[in-house]
Amino acid sequence: MEKFRSFDEIKKSLENKETDCKAVVTYYLNNIQTKAHLNAFVEVYTQSALDQAAAVDKKLASGNAGKLAGMVLGIKDVLCYQGHEANASSKILEGFESQFTGTAIQRLIDEDAIIIGRLNCDEFGMGSSNENSVHGRVLNGVDEERVPGGSSGGSAVAVQANLCTASLGTDTGGSVRQPAAFTGVIGVKPTYSRVSRYGLIAYASSFDTIGVFSNTVKDNALVLEIMAGSDDFDSTASRKPVPHYSELLHFDKPAKIAYLKETIYSDSLQDDIKENILGTLETLKKEGHEIVEVNFPLLDYVLPTYYILTTAEASSNLSRFDGVKYGYRSPNAHNLESMYKMTRSEGFGPEVKRRIMLGTFVLSASYYDAYFTKAQKVRRLIKEFTENLLDKYDFIIMPTTPSTAFKFGEHSNDPVAMYLEDLFTVQASVSGVPAISIPNGTDRNGLPIGLQIMANSFKEADLFAFANYLTTMKS
Amino acid sequence: MNMIEETKVKTLDIKVKNKYELVIGLEVHAQLLTNSKMYTADSTTFGNLPNTNISVITLGHPGTLPKVNKRAVEFAIKMGLACDSEITRKNIFARKNYFYPDLPKGYQLTQDKNPICVGGQVPIVLSSGEKKSIALTRIHMEEDAGKSIHLAGEVDTLVDFNRAGVPLIEIVSEPDMRSSEEAYQFLTEIKKLVKYLDVCDGNMEEGSLRCDANVSIRLRGEDELGKKVEVKNMNSFRNVARAIEHEFERQVLLSESNTEIISETRTFDATSGTTASMRTKEDLNDYRYFPEPDLSPVIVSEEWLKTIQDNLPPLPRELFEKFVLEYGLPEYDAGVLSDNKEIALFFEALCHLTTNYKAASNWVMGPVKSYLNELTLHIDDFPISITSLASLIQLIDAGKVSYSAAAQKIYPAMLLDPKKDALEIATELNLIQESSEDSLKPIVESVLKENSQKVLEYKSGKKGLMGMFMGQVMKKSNGKADPKVATKILTEILDN
Repeated sequence: MEKFRSFDEIKKSLENKETDCKAVVTYYLNNIQTKAHLNAFVEVYTQSALDQAAAVDKKLASGNAGKLAGMVLGIKDVLCYQGHEANASSKILEGFESQFTGTAIQRLIDEDAIIIGRLNCDEFGMGSSNENSVHGRVLNGVDEERVPGGSSGGSAVAVQANLCTASLGTDTGGSVRQPAAFTGVIGVKPTYSRVSRYGLIAYASSFDTIGVFSNTVKDNALVLEIMAGSDDFDSTASRKPVPHYSELLHFDKPAKIAYLKETIYSDSLQDDIKENILGTLETLKKEGHEIVEVNFPLLDYVLPTYYILTTAEASSNLSRFDGVKYGYRSPNAHNLESMYKMTRSEGFGPEVKRRIMLGTFVLSASYYDAYFTKAQKVRRLIKEFTENLLDKYDFIIMPTTPSTAFKFGEHSNDPVAMYLEDLFTVQASVSGVPAISIPNGTDRNGLPIGLQIMANSFKEADLFAFANYLTTMKS
Repeated sequence: MNMIEETKVKTLDIKVKNKYELVIGLEVHAQLLTNSKMYTADSTTFGNLPNTNISVITLGHPGTLPKVNKRAVEFAIKMGLACDSEITRKNIFARKNYFYPDLPKGYQLTQDKNPICVGGQVPIVLSSGEKKSIALTRIHMEEDAGKSIHLAGEVDTLVDFNRAGVPLIEIVSEPDMRSSEEAYQFLTEIKKLVKYLDVCDGNMEEGSLRCDANVSIRLRGEDELGKKVEVKNMNSFRNVARAIEHEFERQVLLSESNTEIISETRTFDATSGTTASMRTKEDLNDYRYFPEPDLSPVIVSEEWLKTIQDNLPPLPRELFEKFVLEYGLPEYDAGVLSDNKEIALFFEALCHLTTNYKAASNWVMGPVKSYLNELTLHIDDFPISITSLASLIQLIDAGKVSYSAAAQKIYPAMLLDPKKDALEIATELNLIQESSEDSLKPIVESVLKENSQKVLEYKSGKKGLMGMFMGQVMKKSNGKADPKVATKILTEILDN
């Protein structure tokens, strides 16, 4: 029998003494074993999770347990957890063990969350299908012929298949929201800078965020409110106070909602998704909300801007993986130059190499202004447009993805087709605003459809409350 | 090796050399004296065992982020204020990307388009007495790299990351210098400034001050700059001057033989005094600078700037001016005294206890400095307190002791027994001059009585006898009579 799909359910059982943390962890461990073929987990921390559970049970008994006592979390393989390997699903970090725990994870552990293992993903967060992983591909639990989305595919499937209560992913251009949509779970990308990046293996520093997967909006809100906030180890982390999102989930006012014409009437959007979202907008109108169609003339520039800037940052962020200090070093190298070349050629996968080369190109002296400088300017335009719109409207609603989960190998030989998967998610990443993907029915094949809601920077409380309202409106 | 240099000099006719103008710009790296690194809390202590001043941040482990050391920013601002630079309010850092084993992140965190200090100048004085101001382009903040160690007989190169991340400022001058002497003086001033400001120990041999020189030549009267050659690896001011001289001659010879001068980086060899090509511009790295997304901009508020400004120590040129204008000292004295911060501050303190500034200057430049030089002591270790030294000057001024007695007897005794005060020693050594008229008058009177014949001769016009009377007075007083007072009494009695 399926159980423990929400933290509320676990808490209730714990309060009623029907279960203890050890039993909760054991339940998930069994599920992980049964669903091992999905390949969501790269490593299961069986013993340390059971030990942690025993410790939390003691705390519960003495009445001094933290806010997350009983919650079992999986973490994406790009997050640093002291004494545990962190590979970023790359051969170049084979065997690398992190010597420190990142701020977000530490805060969750401090509130007695139990970390059950690390989750598969695309190499360094680069991908939209979880097919670029040294640990192998992750299967979508809805249809095992299909991808779970990426890059946080393992984190999405772990929640989808009930292998943990909630999980952490990272979202640079849609890496939480897109797999959430493909697997039918809730995924949030907070405002850029809302959660400290200390302990997040960087892909593109000015875009990277740590996000949350869960089955309920409340769990998502709770995990985020604990991770968020200023941090001495990340000067870019916001110092704005963090509201208690999980206690602010009631939404009962008419909302002003914009939808972007170019997204909903985009040629690349699947018909079923279009109908689905138009239906939702119709329902919202009937419920008394103001729905306005808005033009978004910059849509065509969003993806190029995103790929120029993220690859530029990635090309530099990934320079440290050179075989000198840690991780993989090619055994075939015979001098310094060959050590660099062979280590990096053998250590990185093709997609990562493609992005390093793109990024190196757009930063090179001859092309810097034509690409990097221009993309920075366009980013500012997109950000201003999006923020201005969100000053006028409470939310922007759009599909999370142009299609539902596709089959393995479908886009493998066409990187541009793969990049188009991010068409609707990158706007929030380029602008830095928060966005959430919630399950919104299925297509004709029974595959989950994701609905994306965006709010203005640091309006996570509104975002969660509205998402909560939408999910209850549906049921 | 000297032979080679000499031949070169001989082949270059001074007239030919004079057709050309030498153009020099300097880039000076100063290691800041902060306790922790530029972007982490790791220690900057020099000389620790390899790879002990390191953490995951210094090593650039995945997931780590830098954070700015505010003190290093403060030090950079101090230097900028001392050079009259414009201080940038919004400081954005930049990544300079290149691969090297001692560079843990694969990029150096530096500043590119927004250096903390823009413009400014450093005044210099040449040996001819000519004064000149060297304009600065910028001063920016960055981090040092680690050190690659090649052990003899070892195939592998070892890397020590202790120095990686140690804060540096890079001071970049305009191509304003026209001779190796100007470059030498510029460096001397920079060193003096960083030491006055306490931002760097200025030790070039140990590498806490490093200098690269951009050298080019052009025909006199020409406006356009020639092809620039960057010279590296000079570990003393003298070697910077030598390298520039060598480059000047090398480039003139090339130009005279119609050979193209190439823009390149050359390394200086101190043994031969020559430079050799390291890399040409074609194989220069494209550093792909871009704004560092891992650091939020450092904002310099009015308040912060004011606090730094208010706490700025007196600068050498301010002290020089004060010594000349307020204390009325010759420029030579002012120059010597302001050359070294500690000496200048010692002198300043002394001047608060005496108003005989010239005497104070003579004492500091003379007996004090020679004692320190002789024993290679720092002024902090000078045994005599400022108060004691001031009271010695006071004794001379009051006529209690003669200058020669003070310099030759009392001062050496004070050095040996610094706890004793000047007057105490003078009394012990019986060097106090008889300067009261009451005690000297009987001595004068008895001398005149014993020499009544000579008194008559004096009165009849033989004024030269005054010296003889003085001698007798000194003899009778065992040399303790104050000559001024004795003369006064003698004149009073004799001329009446």
